[in-house]
Amino acid sequence: MNITQILFWFLSVLALVSALMVLLSKNPVHSVLWLIVVFFAISGHYILLNAQFLAIVNLIVYAGAIMVLFLFVIMLMNLSADTEPQKNVWMKLAGTIAGGCFLISACNVIYNAQNVSKEIAAKTALLNQGNIGLIGNLGKVLFKDYVVPFEISSVLFLSAIVGAVVIGKKEKNKV
Amino acid sequence: MTLLSLNIDWILLIEKLVLIAIVVFASLGIALYTTFGERKVAAILQDRPGPNRAGPFGLLQPLADGVKMFTKEDIIPNSANKWLFILGPGLAMTASLMSCAVIPWGGTIELFDRTISLQIADINIGILYIFAVVSLGVYGIMIGGWASNNKFSLMAALRGASQAISYELAMGLSLIAVLMLSGSLSLGDIVKQQQAGWWNIVYQPLGFLIFFICALAECNRTPFDLPEAENELNFGYHQEYSSMKLGFYLFAEYINMIMSSAVMASLYFGGYDIPFVNDAELQTHLGNWVALFQVGTLLIKIVFFIFLFMWIRWTIPRFRYDQLMNLGWKTMIPLALVNMLITGALVLLKMNNWHF
Repeated sequence: MNITQILFWFLSVLALVSALMVLLSKNPVHSVLWLIVVFFAISGHYILLNAQFLAIVNLIVYAGAIMVLFLFVIMLMNLSADTEPQKNVWMKLAGTIAGGCFLISACNVIYNAQNVSKEIAAKTALLNQGNIGLIGNLGKVLFKDYVVPFEISSVLFLSAIVGAVVIGKKEKNKV
Repeated sequence: MTLLSLNIDWILLIEKLVLIAIVVFASLGIALYTTFGERKVAAILQDRPGPNRAGPFGLLQPLADGVKMFTKEDIIPNSANKWLFILGPGLAMTASLMSCAVIPWGGTIELFDRTISLQIADINIGILYIFAVVSLGVYGIMIGGWASNNKFSLMAALRGASQAISYELAMGLSLIAVLMLSGSLSLGDIVKQQQAGWWNIVYQPLGFLIFFICALAECNRTPFDLPEAENELNFGYHQEYSSMKLGFYLFAEYINMIMSSAVMASLYFGGYDIPFVNDAELQTHLGNWVALFQVGTLLIKIVFFIFLFMWIRWTIPRFRYDQLMNLGWKTMIPLALVNMLITGALVLLKMNNWHF
């Protein structure tokens, strides 16, 4: 058992337990905090796969920005277990079935991928050695092979920014 | 393979643990005396003696303050969310100490036939790691403010968080210019490049100014200490805190100052590079002592920046909140963008041998 395996098991258990706690905690703020722990555990996994850039961007974008906005909204609206609207039973049932179907198909794909060919099976875990996740390689791939999709997605973000500014302006005029 | 046959590089682990312990305790010690320095600087600027009772020149004052903090009654308000109330200061402290991992504190030393780098982790995304840690610093304030269950604390926490998010953008944009120059995200590499050539401040004066102002805002220092504006918010996000939990919040601010000074020194002022001296040549003559001198150089640079922080704090009054947001979004970000574009154009031109 080397240090990578110890970390792998530790991070996996951490991710699963905190993912469960996201669902089980009554207080929405606690849920958000557990979700942040999940992101940390997943980032740890990315680092084990030597995808350092992905790991740190996951932390900056999700744990650092999006979750802060979640916290903002929850704290300002002062949500708590009492005020949370209860969805009806059929909705819950439908959600469970849909989620279960997705889980089964995802498991199936991963399981089959191992059986399809030895080549893919050997590629399932590049622990500590793959270098595609390092920032230099990632940048080259993004700006050479995938430059058009990359630019299109940046235009998408730009339109989102413009939209946000427009919405912000409108409210200012009203007041 | 049994469960207990551990295959771990114990020596590396011990080396890193010792390094982490040294860096963490050194930063705590420096932070302790930064509080003393702050009071002395304030006293000098306001033409009064400052703390001078405990020990010679009042040098034992921080210890006395620490003892006072520890022995005060620790109150957790009845309506507070108990666990988060405790978690808040801890998170603030952890986040501010975490950034010390990627800062190159000095060159390398040779001990027991091992070359030990005085940087805990030279990861190739060092500067992004610092960015991630900075954005996590918000949680300490937000959780503490919310868990206190006090309107003023919550308002202060929201202010602190929105301020940190706003200034992070300009900070990131001003960093991009440095990264374009150095072509690396590793702080170790950036410092080594500056050792070989000019310091980055020569190429990036505007970028440094933007970074410095954003660092002031990220550390919640005056003129950006809106989360602690006592005339509007009583006391700020740590209003309900007492004893060492309050001490942790105050302490985290000083550690943040130290870390941001270290980052600024590494990015723009050559890090541990001893000015006017060829470090590599010196190493052949003096060996391990050079590393010590380098650590000393970095510490001097850090102390200078901390002094600058204090000087500004006791000179400039606090902004209004809308002024702060306007400065962040309407001045800093466009300036940083212009700086980035100009740097990018010049880098491209240089690669093209100054032909259009």
